[in-house]
Amino acid sequence: MSHNFQLPSSYKKWTWGLIVAGLLAVLYGFIMFHPFAHPAHTEGVHGGDSSTRFWAVLLQNSVYFLLITNAAMFFICVTTLALGGWQVAMKRVPEAISSVVPILGGITFIILLAIVLGGRTDIYHWLDASLYDKTSPNFDKILNGKHGFLNPTFFIVWSGLSIFLWIWLGQKMRTLSLKTDNEGQMDLVQSKKWMDTNFTVSSFYVVFFGLTVASTIPWFWLMSIDPHWYSTMYSWYTFASTFVSGMALIAIFVVYLKNRGELEYVTEEHLHDVGKFMFAFSVFWAYLWFDQYMLIWYSNQPEETRYFIDRIGTAEKSGPYHGIFFFNLIVNFLAPLLLLMKRGAKRNWTMVTFVGLLIIFGHWIDFFQMIMPGTMAAKAELLPFEFGVACLFIGIIMWGVGRYLTQHSLVQKNHPFLKESMIHHT
Amino acid sequence: MSGIKKFVVGSFDDEAVLFPAVKNVRKAGYKIHDVYTPFPVHGLDHALGLRETSIHTAGFIYAITGTTTALSFMSWVFTKDWPLNIGGKPHFALPAWIPITFELTVLFAAVGMVLTFCYLCQLSPFVKKHHFSSRATDDHFVMVIECTDKTNEEELQSFLKNNGALDVNTQIAESGWWLGRYDREQKLYREELGY
Repeated sequence: MSHNFQLPSSYKKWTWGLIVAGLLAVLYGFIMFHPFAHPAHTEGVHGGDSSTRFWAVLLQNSVYFLLITNAAMFFICVTTLALGGWQVAMKRVPEAISSVVPILGGITFIILLAIVLGGRTDIYHWLDASLYDKTSPNFDKILNGKHGFLNPTFFIVWSGLSIFLWIWLGQKMRTLSLKTDNEGQMDLVQSKKWMDTNFTVSSFYVVFFGLTVASTIPWFWLMSIDPHWYSTMYSWYTFASTFVSGMALIAIFVVYLKNRGELEYVTEEHLHDVGKFMFAFSVFWAYLWFDQYMLIWYSNQPEETRYFIDRIGTAEKSGPYHGIFFFNLIVNFLAPLLLLMKRGAKRNWTMVTFVGLLIIFGHWIDFFQMIMPGTMAAKAELLPFEFGVACLFIGIIMWGVGRYLTQHSLVQKNHPFLKESMIHHT
Repeated sequence: MSGIKKFVVGSFDDEAVLFPAVKNVRKAGYKIHDVYTPFPVHGLDHALGLRETSIHTAGFIYAITGTTTALSFMSWVFTKDWPLNIGGKPHFALPAWIPITFELTVLFAAVGMVLTFCYLCQLSPFVKKHHFSSRATDDHFVMVIECTDKTNEEELQSFLKNNGALDVNTQIAESGWWLGRYDREQKLYREELGY
């Protein structure tokens, strides 16, 4: 049991291939899109130039992939708090995914700093100082009212603190888990004590997660792209989006390792539960999608409908994101709903992998349509540059996960609930 | 299926004994009529070799019936029968109908599945079935084996005893259901001595 998993050469080839392709894409953007040039900002005209595209794409990918790796730690913490036992046989997989949070958190923070300190008003309109100057013709009463929250200092401090605490608390959870590998079987008293410590750290993590991912962080990072508009569903929507993608990522790695003959205690019973999470949270995501849409559609207030007019357009003229907007709903709701509905589908390794890939791609597109209309407007592209940057982040995740999986035992063999997980039966 | 038949009944008081007994009885080629347990026993359906239930499929069909009913009824009402101007919205106002569609989908699925379940289990007021052992609702796991012409009762009874059955008997009983409230020859507890 003490043998470590060896990464097959194909895995390494793909990891480095994706990272190199991604770096080439970023380098291409860096040279071609003049990221430090500022777009000529004409009043009332929306839509950035290529430098906007560079930052918007980086923002989309870094935030999306950071939040889905962070969702893996959320999964560990909520199952710990619920005293769940079934996930123990595959717990090292979400741990490995969450071990990428420090890397992606650092990258995201650098990108956010560059956007905010670089005064990218094309991404975050609220960075424009003249909006808060009562003597200026640009003075904006609404944004001035939000200034106490939406200002660069608070943005940077809170983003930094959030990323730091995700990393720190996540690290604590992983350390607790890894510590058991060398210490042999725990007796009842030790197990209780160990579970208590896990419980405490998880509670802090989950509460802080609620204060960040489920509320403030999506307001800051994503919703403030359209600073006049707001939706009370937005953070939940982002959370659902990233959590379901996180579950899909866990499922894909579990299936991959199982195909390699690892994770001896993971059976289709565990896969069934992961599949249920993917199914349920796809429906939950659609519920929030619909809530946000229907309430705004129903009350029909100009300052609220603006968000959807930027995307779908109006009855007379369809908007540039019309296709993507509805594609999003089909791929993230209808497809998982119909494909994963049957019990047999959730227990089928191929089907879960396929739907997992579909969900990860679908929510990447979801983030695309959350960010691009407010920054690029009609000029947004879905070209090799966009996919290339995504490859970079996927490569980094594969690298980090591979590193964690090869360094540690794939089964947490001294977890007090391991037996429960081995005999798990849905 | 139904009719008066002869059954050999064996009662067990431990799941750990019941499971190997079920396995052995099936292996010996006897036909298990049913096993009555005081509570749902995990994995017993599998041990008995029962097929997976199709009630999910029925539920899916009821659900899409509900969806279709809701959508077609509302579109008929609001576009053909009684078009009203509600807040200047289009007559075919799909987003406003989704909650109702959802509710009707769930309602049809839930009610339909409950009724199907009751039908499959023959559960209904005044539908009565023979109780092979009154302790099946208390503390015994009761295995009922249907006898055929070739079944040797004594052999089967001792086979069950050897497999851990505490109480073995042969009953000639109605295997289906009838309308009524009590077993025809059943004594109520309150009429029994010492109650």
